Amino acid sequence: MSNLLEVRDLCVTFVTPDRTVHAVNGMSFDLRRGETLGILGESGSGKSVTLRSILRLHPERRTRWSGSIRLEGDEVLEMGPRALSDLRGGRVAMIFQEPATAFDPVFTIGQQIAETIRRHTGKSDTDAWRRARELLELVRIPSPAQRLKAYPHEMSGGMRQRAMIALALSCNPSLLLADEPTTALDATVQIQVLLLVRELQREFDLGVIFVTHDIGVAVEVSDRIGVMYAGKIIEMAPVAEMVDAPQHPYSRGLLASTVHGGMRGQRLEAIPGAPPDLATAPTACSFAPRCRFAEARCTAAPPPLAAVAEGHQVRCVLAA
Amino acid sequence: MALQTPSLELGAPVMAPAAATATRGYWQSVRRRLARDPVTIVCAVVLILIVASSLAAPWLGLADPYKTSMIRRLNALGSPGHLLGTDELGRDMLARLIYGGRLSLFMGVTPVACALLIGGLLGITAGFLGGRTNMLIMRTMDVFYAFPSVLLAISLSGAMGAGAENTLLALSLVFIPPICRVSESVTTQVRGFDFVDAARASGAPSLTIVRVHVLGNVLGPILVYATSLISVAIILAAGLSFLGLGVKPPEPEWGLMLNTLRQAIYVNPVLAALPGVMIFFTSICFNLMSDGLRAAMDVKA
Repeated sequence: MSNLLEVRDLCVTFVTPDRTVHAVNGMSFDLRRGETLGILGESGSGKSVTLRSILRLHPERRTRWSGSIRLEGDEVLEMGPRALSDLRGGRVAMIFQEPATAFDPVFTIGQQIAETIRRHTGKSDTDAWRRARELLELVRIPSPAQRLKAYPHEMSGGMRQRAMIALALSCNPSLLLADEPTTALDATVQIQVLLLVRELQREFDLGVIFVTHDIGVAVEVSDRIGVMYAGKIIEMAPVAEMVDAPQHPYSRGLLASTVHGGMRGQRLEAIPGAPPDLATAPTACSFAPRCRFAEARCTAAPPPLAAVAEGHQVRCVLAA
Repeated sequence: MALQTPSLELGAPVMAPAAATATRGYWQSVRRRLARDPVTIVCAVVLILIVASSLAAPWLGLADPYKTSMIRRLNALGSPGHLLGTDELGRDMLARLIYGGRLSLFMGVTPVACALLIGGLLGITAGFLGGRTNMLIMRTMDVFYAFPSVLLAISLSGAMGAGAENTLLALSLVFIPPICRVSESVTTQVRGFDFVDAARASGAPSLTIVRVHVLGNVLGPILVYATSLISVAIILAAGLSFLGLGVKPPEPEWGLMLNTLRQAIYVNPVLAALPGVMIFFTSICFNLMSDGLRAAMDVKA
């Protein structure tokens, strides 16, 4: 089966007169149709930057790209304005972290969904509204006809996020990008939204990239998990293997630092230090300064990606 | 590591009963909040009265505001035939005050409207494009800002000569920088919101984003701010006329009337204060109403 999305050696650098930030430094991954890839990492590890790069949402003037992002064979980084506006919302859709601010407060939910449908499909006003109504039913918003006329501030966070998902699915995308869509929701609503995403993904055979810093969420929705650190995927493995046998010291630390039942009275593990400054492109293992097992060769050259098992790759000299 | 799968069924809508309440539109909720604010309503009613009476002045059966009379100069309030007395040339004060409202209101609203158009456009452009364009526009505005507005208006109309058109031009120029600054800051704020990103992520071209999302969110605050500027404009226009830089006699205009009645202050102080009272009421009503509107239109809850 061919890949829906292929990302190769993606580097994203933000250049402003004051400073340069190497946000993503050589990302490579594939995504199949109907697969969910969870990208896990702490703040500033480049998860969201990677996600936004797939839609080329970064300001063109200040962003330097290299590498390649291929969606169904088409190179995203070389797309013209027409193809790009087709891509955004049409072939690839995105859901945002804050459902409270992702909708424009001065328009109704229906207006915003119908506008997107009209833009991409050229449907008439009535058809677009009918489709918007179907979409709200699809994401299980009760009394959809009324909710279409509601303003974002009149809806709860969970309902807004459902509406956001409806908006994202409005034009039958093949790839859904989710940028921490459950972080701003409370726990019970979180689970409902996750289940909804998973169900819709199966129904429409969507490729999903799910960015989060919540390990529980990542494990819940993903088929595979990639752990990101300092702009690179440092470990990529199927969910079960990632949970049972993480190889990279950072992944191990990350998984060990979660709280779960049966840990009462135990000391919580933390990873010492802070993520590196990304003003210069890394020349060695970025995690080495915080790593318990660091050796001389860790700081000599960037470690290669080594396969430790079928579909399980680690960027660490110790695992190779 | 035990990460248990939550067994919550998704099928049944969890919050079905809550949705039964009818949703209210944005403008409906604004109206409801306004209805609970008596100060704003009173101000709006007073303003409507002032505006309507000056618009309908020719049909109100008033005395001729230009007709002078040597015998009936500076008649007191309530004298027969002249409800609000007569001015220093014997012209009917009531007629002159109502006719004067036409010019004064026009001089207050027009420059603000012009400035709103130009300043708003500049500000939104600067805010949305950012970078060098922003720098260029906003620093130019800062140069204008360096002068106190009254001084700038006086020097501009002084340089261009007296007359209604020049006053309008001078006042418009005075109001462009503050409106530009407000719209720039609101636009910059709106641009940072997720929904602009979300719109872009759903394929909206930049022009659509500006037209629909930026304008939709920016227009409210700018309009409210502009309403508060109208009172300043009325006072400034009256001030210019008072100094002889605005409207020329014998046109009735509140600022000019205040000036010409100045000599009468020892003879009939109440009469001399009347145009000032009109200016005061009109501008305070505009100010209070804009405050009320601001409070009512601020949703984002």
